[in-house]
Amino acid sequence: MSSDSSTLLNSRVPGGPIEQKWDSFKRDQKLVAPNSRRKYEVIVVGTGLAGAAAAASLAEMGYKVKVFCFQDSPRRAHSIAAQGGINAAKNYHNDGDSVWRLFVDTVKGGDFRAREANVYRLAQLSENIIDQCVAQGVPFAREYGGTLANRTFGGTQVSRTFYARGQTGQQLLIGAYQALMRQVAGGNATLYARREMLDLVTVDGVARGIVCRNLTTGKIESHAAHAVLLCTGGYGNVFYLSTNAKGCNVTAAWRAHKRGALFGNPCYTQIHPTCIPVTGDHQSKLTLMSESLRNDGRVWVPKQANDPRTPSQIPEGERDYYLERRYPAYGNMVPRDVASRAAKERCDAGYGVGSSKLSVYLDFSRAIKEQGEAAIRGKYGNLFHMYQKITDENPYQSPMRIYPAVHYTMGGLWVDYHLESTIPGMFVLGEANFSDHGANRLGASALMQGLADGYFIAPYTVSNHLASRKLPEVTDAHPRFREVAEEARMRLQRLLSIDGKRSVDSYHRELGQIMWNYCGMSRNAAGLNTAIGKITSLREDFWRNVNVPGVGENLNQSLELGGRVADFLEFGELMCRDALAREESAGGHFREEHQTADNEAKRDDEKFAHVAAWEYLGEGTQEKRHVEPLTFEFCPLQVRNYK
Amino acid sequence: MSHSTTGKTLNLKLRVWRQKDNASRGEFRDYALVGISTEMSFLEMLDILNEQLLQQGEEPVNFDHDCREGICGTCSLMINGQAHGPDNGTTTCQLHMRRFHDGQMITIEPWRAKAFPVIRDLVVDRSAFDRIIQAGGYVSVRTGQAPEANSVPISKNDQESALDAAVCIGCGACVASCKNASAMLFVAAKVSHLAQLPQGAPERAARVLGMVGQMDSEEFGNCTNTSECEAACPAGVSVTHIARLNREYAKALYGSPLGLKGELLTSSGTGGD
Repeated sequence: MSSDSSTLLNSRVPGGPIEQKWDSFKRDQKLVAPNSRRKYEVIVVGTGLAGAAAAASLAEMGYKVKVFCFQDSPRRAHSIAAQGGINAAKNYHNDGDSVWRLFVDTVKGGDFRAREANVYRLAQLSENIIDQCVAQGVPFAREYGGTLANRTFGGTQVSRTFYARGQTGQQLLIGAYQALMRQVAGGNATLYARREMLDLVTVDGVARGIVCRNLTTGKIESHAAHAVLLCTGGYGNVFYLSTNAKGCNVTAAWRAHKRGALFGNPCYTQIHPTCIPVTGDHQSKLTLMSESLRNDGRVWVPKQANDPRTPSQIPEGERDYYLERRYPAYGNMVPRDVASRAAKERCDAGYGVGSSKLSVYLDFSRAIKEQGEAAIRGKYGNLFHMYQKITDENPYQSPMRIYPAVHYTMGGLWVDYHLESTIPGMFVLGEANFSDHGANRLGASALMQGLADGYFIAPYTVSNHLASRKLPEVTDAHPRFREVAEEARMRLQRLLSIDGKRSVDSYHRELGQIMWNYCGMSRNAAGLNTAIGKITSLREDFWRNVNVPGVGENLNQSLELGGRVADFLEFGELMCRDALAREESAGGHFREEHQTADNEAKRDDEKFAHVAAWEYLGEGTQEKRHVEPLTFEFCPLQVRNYK
Repeated sequence: MSHSTTGKTLNLKLRVWRQKDNASRGEFRDYALVGISTEMSFLEMLDILNEQLLQQGEEPVNFDHDCREGICGTCSLMINGQAHGPDNGTTTCQLHMRRFHDGQMITIEPWRAKAFPVIRDLVVDRSAFDRIIQAGGYVSVRTGQAPEANSVPISKNDQESALDAAVCIGCGACVASCKNASAMLFVAAKVSHLAQLPQGAPERAARVLGMVGQMDSEEFGNCTNTSECEAACPAGVSVTHIARLNREYAKALYGSPLGLKGELLTSSGTGGD
């Protein structure tokens, strides 16, 4: 393996003080005049917060937007499942918040592995997002006086999280979806639902369109454009079990990667500390219990290992509130990576609870006693309801049992300050890019990033691309579209023709188990090498022995899944290689070889204060690791400490 | 096949609607399942069925699902004649097998409504809902145009009441459960959400007329105030929002020049049956 500080990775961050970088970009950017915009077509793939916001905003400006989603409606994208809230530096609580503090919290929360300039811009734009969403009619929680309410999330010492009960993502997505539907009605946006992007089409090295499959008819379609925006979410489902929706996948990003887009920091995955534990091997997905619950819930395990008593039988003095004990300054509100590792440490040491011994208590009894059950119901009613539906236990009466689960991926396609990938004309927004969260994302920051990218960054940077590059006329009749479409068709045909013995789902589960065991909450070199071997042979077996029934010319959900799992089987290996190459612990990436005496993550800033971005070099050739050095001019490097 | 699980297991008979595509005739087919854990969700039970069908050389049952945590609105299914099955306030993905008993026959059908044509097996086309939102279910505000968020105070009661409507997940259970296949609860949820907020006020007349007009042209049925939609709604949207929709519609008809083009709500709202 070689690592180069590469010329491929030009971050294009404007010079000057960090407070002025975004303004200076806007001052210098090229514009497209209003009456010229209708001559430009822009493809947006994915309709979560980033995709719907970008599609609506670009169409509003006058570009002709084509928007694609694999779901039956854009309103179903997985942003909808975000529960707890969205951060913004409004300082409505008069508790010392500011753009600067949100910036510092996010850089520090990300364990100093994010690009400073991008994070500062995100913090700046956070305020506009709340204004925009309120204007759209998003019913955020309010105080009795009619002003907006806030709550606290992990990794911060201020209240800056805006919310709509436990369904903030749903309300924000519906706001963006409605803005997009308005543009569809007005004719500037065209909606292509039940479409799956199968490949990216480049002409002379510039992204000029996509090939997708109409999931209803099976038809392979080609669409040309002047810019392509991938807003296709994260790759958490490589683990099979995650809090992602079942349909979430890496295919669009992976296909673009194989066409030349470098993949940044794939090993950075977020394991969320508070999820409902696994009950059996029938389990198809995991359900998150919002981080906001840690505002009122206290995490504990019995002080005695393998304690057989029910929680109510264990007296206060025999409970170990281990987060409060280890991290007195932040207590139950430590960042996610810290809370997850602490839960794993207790369970591995034999203090876990429940029949599997792989869970810890999240206890609301004190909050219910102090505030009353009605107040707790008001804040978290839908989450308590969901918990009870799934577990058949009443969390008002006995503590929740929780365990960490895969939730979010900080890694993603590498992008510069313009959110443009290493393929000119292809932009990557939201969770699909790598840019803002470093090695660990703070709670309530994903919604902020998706909407900042979509509403407030892409409209400027995409315009700049359209105005400053010479883009010759290309239609879907161009030979490149025929070639790429043919490749996509052959691949589907190959999947259908194997006619083996094992279901796609069984391969996916096995891959997930490998990833969880060797590339999950903690990793080591021997395990990662084992994983790479296992994934390679699983992938070979897949292409010999998978059974994808049916035909390609109609709705065929087995075929859809087959293509996605085939890509996960390639991507999983890259994740392990990235984890192996990063010989330090940072945020969600914990290498057992690199920890302090009290088991905290130990960074190596000398060798690894950089983004690793991987270049695809063809089938059977190991990918090349490139490096974008990270400098911390404004928020100086320090050891993360929540004690 | 064995499944390592905790808790009890069930043996079940399933009667499932199979339909190759929209142009083909569908039929019920019967399947037997053995050893289903009561801890499983309903959709996990269907995953087991599909694994079994694959081993037997039959094509798996296609059904819509995504988040599997009750919020995206993708899953559907009439289960023993009830939209999303027997539990109140619950989507199919959040329904668990502990709700069923050993030896039970479970009939599974797609949403049944003319406006929701079957695509395949249990999958239907709900794009009519997107077109209804396109007909006015939004606030016309450009990106970047918004005033400071706290400049317009909104009482906590209004905000909470708007949110009670805005929680609609757009699954279509209201339509599927209605004997007339009416979409009134879906339309009412959006009209009521935006009508209760100052941001929605300037367009309220055009919104309600546009959305009701689109609902009618999609050939959803009339509302006869049976309230089955409220009983089936997994998000708990109340029929009081239909009352607000009717009020908004009447106000728009009599108070707006657009109203002259419309007809009395009785044509789409309270006539028939």
